[in-house]
Amino acid sequence: MKIEILGTGCPKCKKTLENVQKAVKDLKIEAEIVKVEKIDDIMKYGVMITPALAINGEVKVAGKIPSPEQIAEWVKTAN
Amino acid sequence: MPEEKKDECCCGGTILVFPCSGAADVGAIADQVGRKMTREGLGKMYCLAGVGGHVSGIVETTKGADEVITIDGCPIACATKAVEHIGITPKSFEVTKMGFEKGKSPVTEEAINKVFSEIKSML
Repeated sequence: MKIEILGTGCPKCKKTLENVQKAVKDLKIEAEIVKVEKIDDIMKYGVMITPALAINGEVKVAGKIPSPEQIAEWVKTAN
Repeated sequence: MPEEKKDECCCGGTILVFPCSGAADVGAIADQVGRKMTREGLGKMYCLAGVGGHVSGIVETTKGADEVITIDGCPIACATKAVEHIGITPKSFEVTKMGFEKGKSPVTEEAINKVFSEIKSML
């Protein structure tokens, strides 16, 4: 599973990364966590506001910090 | 420069503009008004086709925007309906409510400026 955090590095993006790490740890799963920080790369997803989160290439949220619980739900559904 | 990038990154103050960009003349006026709104800083025109096509990044960006504006050419209101499909209630405008008749409204600078001014005054 690939989880991508889209954002250029603002505090909200960092918080999103923390929440992803917590969700993955709590679920005890293997996941590739990738930070996508270049604007051009973020735009390739059609995303214009960040932080955003994509799981296996599908954007799940943009412009909000998802909670670890919400991320866990998305991860379970994607499995 | 890094600080500027942080500001670019997120979040808040995002106004997305979806013209219907339909085939009729009033759709073309709506399209040009959306582009003018982007140039003038009233919002950012965004891809209605991506909403209709369920492109996840575009759908989620639209849901995360602070405000969503639709500009429909005519009462069929395709742009508004497309956005409503993803659970958003936009602020809606319609070109034919501004003195233009579908099929009889050439896409002129005058028409674009009139619709633009009307929308601007109502924001």
